[in-house]
Amino acid sequence: MLSSVLIANRGEIARRIIRACRALGVRSIAAYSEADAGWPFVGEADQALPIGPAPARESYLNVERILGAARKAGAQAVHPGYGFLSENWRFAKSCEEAGLMFVGPPWRVIQQMGDKVGARRLMARAGVPVVPGSDGPVESAEAAGRVAARVGYPIILKAAAGGGGIGMVKVADEGGLAAAFASAERRAQSAFGSGALFVERFLETPRHIEVQVFGDGHGHVVHLHERECSIQRRHQKLIEESPAPNLPAGLKSRLTHAAVTGARAVGYVNAGTMEFIVQGGEFYFLEMNTRLQVEHPVTEQVTGLDLVECQLRIAAGEPLPWRQEEIIQRGASIECRIYAEDPAKNFLPSPGRIGRLALPEGPGIRVECGVAEGVEVSVHYDPLLAKVVTTGSTREEAIGRMSGALAGFTVEGVKTVIPFHQRVIASAAFRAGSVHTQMVEQGVFNG
Amino acid sequence: MAEDVKAHITGVVFQITSKPGDSVAAGDPVVVLESMKMEIPVEAPRAGKVKEITVAEGQTVQEGDTVAVLE
Repeated sequence: MLSSVLIANRGEIARRIIRACRALGVRSIAAYSEADAGWPFVGEADQALPIGPAPARESYLNVERILGAARKAGAQAVHPGYGFLSENWRFAKSCEEAGLMFVGPPWRVIQQMGDKVGARRLMARAGVPVVPGSDGPVESAEAAGRVAARVGYPIILKAAAGGGGIGMVKVADEGGLAAAFASAERRAQSAFGSGALFVERFLETPRHIEVQVFGDGHGHVVHLHERECSIQRRHQKLIEESPAPNLPAGLKSRLTHAAVTGARAVGYVNAGTMEFIVQGGEFYFLEMNTRLQVEHPVTEQVTGLDLVECQLRIAAGEPLPWRQEEIIQRGASIECRIYAEDPAKNFLPSPGRIGRLALPEGPGIRVECGVAEGVEVSVHYDPLLAKVVTTGSTREEAIGRMSGALAGFTVEGVKTVIPFHQRVIASAAFRAGSVHTQMVEQGVFNG
Repeated sequence: MAEDVKAHITGVVFQITSKPGDSVAAGDPVVVLESMKMEIPVEAPRAGKVKEITVAEGQTVQEGDTVAVLE
């Protein structure tokens, strides 16, 4: 096993990793910005080192400072969490060059899957279905038009170097293409430093379903079943669950098979997620997240496995601790992300100081919380405060527990999305499990 | 009548998208704030000419702070 791990992250995920380290007897090292000095993860780690001022560029995104902290603390490994540097292949490579184990896949795999166009091509070659579209970047609006004529409108223009929904532009018909192309190109250039765009057919009301995979350094790859993540705003997830409701067994088995095939094709090691969009009986590869997901707890709840502990074991060179047939999905689990945002104002951020905080508890309720009373939720970072995860022997039971848990979650000082979650959980559409990615934007859950 | 353009949210000034002398329509972004990884435009409350930009890129502003003045 590893002796020590530096956590290049903050908030709830840093606490989650500290807990896994503790379970394995691994020394945990927090690296924190000035803004986070009073946050719980800093006090909970076995050791904590400051890495710079509040802006992420000067702390959590600063490779030199993080490596400097790792050297100073004598860390053996680095866990990047999610976000920040977790999918930055240069960071993973720098860790390797500094003699640190990176808790994640090899940097070449991160690089390969981070190139969205290249990843799409790789997956198609491995036999994983991809959304019909251009084979690579298109050089002009005219070229995009030729692809659109083949796959049919509406289409979506995506930044080849992008991700996270940034810079994506939907084009309804040929008439709007030239202006949309120019705007998407400009946005891609300013956000990612490259204006390269590719074209995909736009699916109107797809579901977002992803498959958790795990690989080890000994050539084994397994899946840990699927998660449904269709309740999103601005292409970012709000609610996830496992299993995906109303997913036919045949389709599920094709999805998990494709996920393992894709991961195997790139020599995947450690935890990763293959994201797909599903419409009707068809599914298409969207992208691979080469890291731990925010929503990993729902998978842990239905499989009974500890994903973060397994990440540390794999990073230490151990083989996968489970065979595929030992990974069984039991019951149902749902996660609601508690963001400091105002759902009444179209999810506008709501930074501020946390006042009173009371967390729900009870059978089947798990809370991953990053904050404590009195801490400042700053403008510099993602607004995720906590995750509420409820589990039951059936989906109905998990939903009932979620209603109770949300009612028992009190946070003062900032606005949160809890009222939004309560409307979703109470809605007929959610209870019926008939969800798709456009529902929040369409106002289905508006009060 | 001069009118202040106020931030409706706490954030860091990400981009200044207008300059003194510019004519703006109601709803045009005057500056763009960044808060919690989101870019949020502060829009002109009415049509008019920008008299002054009172913030600089990288500056932190609180909800209600003036970011610009319209003539």
